[in-house]
Amino acid sequence: MELVDRYAPVTDDPDAFRAACARPLPTTVRVNGLKAATTAATEALSAADVGATPSAWSPMVLRLDTNAAGGTLPYYLGWIHGQEEVSCLPAHVLAPQPGETVVDLAAAPGGKATHLADLMEDTGTIIANDVNLGRLSALRHNTERLGVTNLIVTHQDGRHFSLKPLGGDRPVDRVLVDAPCSCEGTLRKSPHIVDGWDPDGYRGLQPVQIDLLSRAVELTRPGGVVVYATCTFAPEENEAVVDAVLRSHACSVDPITLPAGFEGSPGLDQYDAMRFDESLRETVRIYPHQNDTGGFYLARLRVDG
Amino acid sequence: MSGNDGGRFDRIAPDSTQQTDPHRPHRAAICAWWADRFGVPDSVWRGHSFWEKGKGKLWVFAGEVADPTPVEALGMRFMRVRQEHWKPSTNAVQRFGHHATRNVIRLSTAETRRFVAGESIDRPAWEGDWGYLIAATPVAGRTVPLGVGLYLHGELRSTVPRGRQRSL
Repeated sequence: MELVDRYAPVTDDPDAFRAACARPLPTTVRVNGLKAATTAATEALSAADVGATPSAWSPMVLRLDTNAAGGTLPYYLGWIHGQEEVSCLPAHVLAPQPGETVVDLAAAPGGKATHLADLMEDTGTIIANDVNLGRLSALRHNTERLGVTNLIVTHQDGRHFSLKPLGGDRPVDRVLVDAPCSCEGTLRKSPHIVDGWDPDGYRGLQPVQIDLLSRAVELTRPGGVVVYATCTFAPEENEAVVDAVLRSHACSVDPITLPAGFEGSPGLDQYDAMRFDESLRETVRIYPHQNDTGGFYLARLRVDG
Repeated sequence: MSGNDGGRFDRIAPDSTQQTDPHRPHRAAICAWWADRFGVPDSVWRGHSFWEKGKGKLWVFAGEVADPTPVEALGMRFMRVRQEHWKPSTNAVQRFGHHATRNVIRLSTAETRRFVAGESIDRPAWEGDWGYLIAATPVAGRTVPLGVGLYLHGELRSTVPRGRQRSL
């Protein structure tokens, strides 16, 4: 079975899903509000002969008419950051507030962590962690180029992440888990995802994903929020992971309200022989045809008192 | 805690009375330098702490941490001290340089292209100080800091690090 064949029947519009998966992905950037407003970024892009159109749901997400924005002045200045449109959703859904303490457990290369800093107006504290030392340099580079000063970079295995080495435990308001995954949803920009697709690819990933999300829930103060995100369609890496953590930890699914103008589908409460808690329908699947993006999955959990 | 350990983040003391390392500048001196050289008011730094890691590399941090020992990065590298002429970083100038009121050298579009690519610019006539200046350019109707140039003998040398240089 091919990748697209596996998931088309699950979607709201199988034909549109197949057609979108075959099209290239639009180029988008996120405007870095710490350095520039959308109007200034759009004007600076225009001066560099790059056309930019705000997305339907956020003025901070621009669709460009070129994929070469890296050679423009607004990129050099850190006014914009190349970021897929769906990758701008997790920070919105986590909705951090200025002054809070927020952990990004798998943060490199930093697109989402720097977006969190923007939403927090560069106040409070972000602990941006990643297990991969090689990718930490990209995280540091992006953080500095985008002018973020409220962010700490740590190098720990996220499955066992601890704040103790930083001088003791402190209440964490929110945690983002942008989990390592099989990346099926990136098939529009990475054709090897389709060609090299392994239906059992989730097997090595699922235990890591469950451990990361478990750790995130354990780190978060009662009443705090955890967002779990992947760029894959596989229910084994999405609903099954959240379902496992709902069973083992004191937390519950917090329904996601997508921004106006952004389409999504409910999470699954069953797939093949798997049965999930019915609250998984309050999580969100995003298919490529719905907003002309990559594929994505998002769950928002509230940690119980 | 005394002396400087290059592998560790040490908090910068508020003033000379609390200094443990006589060669490490204190916060009041750092704020005074930004004010004297560029006209950046002290209030800009109100929400930030300063740290040193590595010899003379200062970091600016808006968050809170009790013990930064195991941390890879703490906010942003923002200047270099422990040398005769202190030097702000490209990223610090892009983030805080819009507060500057002096020693800002304005570049044309053609000069901006050269500066961002890491090249030097001829500027025989310059009324301000020599040494490290903030290079700025008009973008979207305002003057925007690009980075740091070293002005010597009628020439502005770009100090944009290789990894940040761009061919516009």
